[in-house]
This record gives sequence, C-alpha cells and structure tokens, in this order.
Amino acid sequence: MDQTGRSLISLEGLDREDILWLLGHAAKFEASPNSKILDGKIVATLFFEPSTRTRLSFETAVNRLGGRVIGFSDAATTSSSKGETLKDTIMMVSNYADLIIMRHYLEGAARYASEVSPVPIINAGDGANQHPSQTMLDLYSMLKTQGRLDDLHIHLVGDLKYGRTVHSMLTAMRFFNPTFHFISPDELKMPEEYKEYCRNNGIKFEEHTRFDEETIADADILYMTRVQRERFTDLMEYERVKDMFILKNDMLRSAKENLKILHPLPRVNEIAQDVDANPHAYYFQQAKNGLYVREALICNALNLLK
Amino acid sequence: MEKTGKSELLVAALENGTVIDHIPSDKVFDVVNLLGLTNIDTPITIGSNLSSRKMGSKGIIKIADRYFSEEECSKLSVIAPNIVLNIIRDYEVVEKKRIAMPDQVRGIVKCGNPKCITNHEPMQTVFDVVDKENGTLRCRYCNKDIHKGEIKLL
Ligand SMILES: [Zn+2]
Repeated sequence: MDQTGRSLISLEGLDREDILWLLGHAAKFEASPNSKILDGKIVATLFFEPSTRTRLSFETAVNRLGGRVIGFSDAATTSSSKGETLKDTIMMVSNYADLIIMRHYLEGAARYASEVSPVPIINAGDGANQHPSQTMLDLYSMLKTQGRLDDLHIHLVGDLKYGRTVHSMLTAMRFFNPTFHFISPDELKMPEEYKEYCRNNGIKFEEHTRFDEETIADADILYMTRVQRERFTDLMEYERVKDMFILKNDMLRSAKENLKILHPLPRVNEIAQDVDANPHAYYFQQAKNGLYVREALICNALNLLK
Repeated sequence: MEKTGKSELLVAALENGTVIDHIPSDKVFDVVNLLGLTNIDTPITIGSNLSSRKMGSKGIIKIADRYFSEEECSKLSVIAPNIVLNIIRDYEVVEKKRIAMPDQVRGIVKCGNPKCITNHEPMQTVFDVVDKENGTLRCRYCNKDIHKGEIKLL
C-alpha cells in the first residue's frame, strides 16, 4: 500500500492483491451499503476545485456509514483564496477531522498534503495527475460485469492524450493481462510514454483511428471519453473528427453479449441518447458503483477493514 | 584533464584543495552556487571559456584547502554530469573523482510543470532519478519528467 500511512494518493503502490482485496470490500458494501462503522468519525471534504459529482459520491459514502462531514466545495469560500498555504489549511483541518478527502487543481497537491498531514488523505483528483477512486470504480465495474479482471479486451475511445482516467487504468490493469485498443483521433492519440509503459510491462495494445462497428466487435469493455474542443490546436481538425468518435446505437449490432459501455461522466454528446436503453450501456450503474468503492476506500484509510 | 596547456598550470599552482574541471562554460556559475562557494573564505580561482580539446570550451574552478563530500558532488550531476573533481594534496592530484548521479535530487531543481504544487507552495522539490544514463528526473509530486537540457535550478 501507499508509503504515506494509509493515505490513498495514487494506485501506483497497490499490487494485484491490494486491488482485489479493496474491490472485494466494495462488493461487501454493495451488499449492505448502510452501517454505523463510521460512527463518531468526522471526515473533511476539501474541494479546492469544485466537482459536485465526486464530492456528492464521497459525502454520501460517509453519511451512509454513519460518519459526519465537514468541508468546503469551492476554494473561493476558503482562506486559501486569501493566500493561506495548502499546508496551513491541511494542518488546521486535521485538528478537527479523522480523514481528509481533497480535490485540488494543482498536480501533486494530495501527495504533499499527505506528507504534512497527521491524518490520512484520500486524493479525489489533483489536476491532470491522479484520481484513484475513479479508477477503482472503473475496475469494480469491470469486475462486476465481467466476473473477472483477467484477460479482458478493453477499448478506450476518444481523448487518450489528456484523459487521466485512461492513463491510470493502464497502470492499474498491468496485473491482469489486458488487451487494450486505443481508438482516437490523431491529435489525441495515446502519448508515447504510456505506450512505452505498456511495452515495458507486457501490456498488449493496438491503435486505431477509425471508430466503427468492426473495431469494437471483440470488446469486453468499451470505455468512452469526451473529445473536447479546447484540446485541439487545429480547430479544422476538431470539426473534421468531432462526430467520428460518437457511439451510436447501431454500432453495437456486432457487439459481444458481455460488452459493457463505461464512461467517467459527465457525458456531453459522445454517447448518443439512444444508447442509454441498450443493455450494453452501463455508465449510470458505473457511477453508482463509485459509492461502494468509496465506502471501501474511506474505511481502508481509517484502518477499519479486516 | 589535459596534459598540456594552461589548465595544467592552473592545477599545479594549488598546494591543497580541489580543482573542478570539465565544467561546461555556461554552467560555471551554477557550480559556484550549488557548492555555496560564495560563502567560502579560502582562495578561489574561477576560469571560464578556456579552450578544451574534448569540449571546445570549458570552465575550471580551483578551491584552496577545501574538499567536497559525496553529497555535495552529487548535486553537480544534475547540471554537468561529466565534471571531474581533482583532489590535490601537496601539489599532486591524488584522486580524480567522477560524479555519480544520485537516486534522488532534493531541493536543487525546479519542476518544469507550472501546475505542479512545488511551484505554488513554500516547499522543497523532490525528484527521483528515473534514468541515470540520460539524466531524466521525475517529480515526486506531479509525476512529470524533466530531461537533461530542460533542467532549471531553483
Ligand atoms: Zn512537479
């Protein structure tokens, strides 16, 4: 597990057994999501950058387990907007809380907080760097729908250049012999350093610039991400490709029966509305799985899991 | 070190101390800063833009009556990995020290990522040396790599 006490900063320090053990606990929380295991505990949610979705998921997890929540949802309302250092904010809050869950717009903020904080830290996203609870809920969704994490064909679609969730998925899946398919426009291709990582870790992958029925026919998991206009240096290129990476219902005709479609949400238009009713669609349940995974991560950080 | 020319004369003039040789000319003052030479009160001679057969142009720093620890030397590796430290005792070069890249670099180098926490908090930077041969550093906080040539000192 992570070097800094029971903090969860990235998934880098977790091995296969750690991951499966945490996901096993998430399954137990799914079976009985409400309890009093956090009775008497106070958890701080410090969102220096707003993210309603992630904050609600973490806070619901604390509430369902009988804990109490303090915190803020926007740095504009805190003293850090008056120039207080992150260290001072963390030291102050750690006087009150048993655990700090934080999201920050600066990369490495959570790692630094874990070094100065006397209480454990859970990283709920630090800029473009890490978002471990998102990756864990992605893994949980794959395990739950496929019955295994080993030997899956995972097709990643859209922005593979900047998408932090797809990058940390590569790292976390290295123990499970996956075959990845990277499907993206040329400008948003998987960066060379991650392909190098795959080669060094024996992770199989193929690259595609076409997104169609045929490309996804052997997928077990179809992981969709947003293709955002602001990521393009060439707007002509954006106009040309923006509609080519949209999943439409008729593209799923040849899909394997067990295929599930995941998306970190929020969705804009990269999955057509008519896909929602398709039994392959799984993104809303995926978000719900986040609750059980976060219940497990919170209890693990507080050393409450056996 | 070359056997001919002025640089040898410069070395010969020192009775005891350290001669730092093969410094790229544009890094001479970085070496001065990293070793804190401005706070030393023994005689120091700084030569720059000296002709070198190997490097074209190089710098040399002679410091009388002063020797440097492994830790101090390893700091230099991030800016000039080919530097040689000649240890002089009684006018003789008794040891030629090449510097080794450390496993970790603390508080010397600035992270090149403007969104890295280390550029916004009063804190020490920490880099893991992920590739000693090519001199690649990885920020412990934001995980971004800095390659040789992009390295900026704090
Ligand atoms: Zn950094």
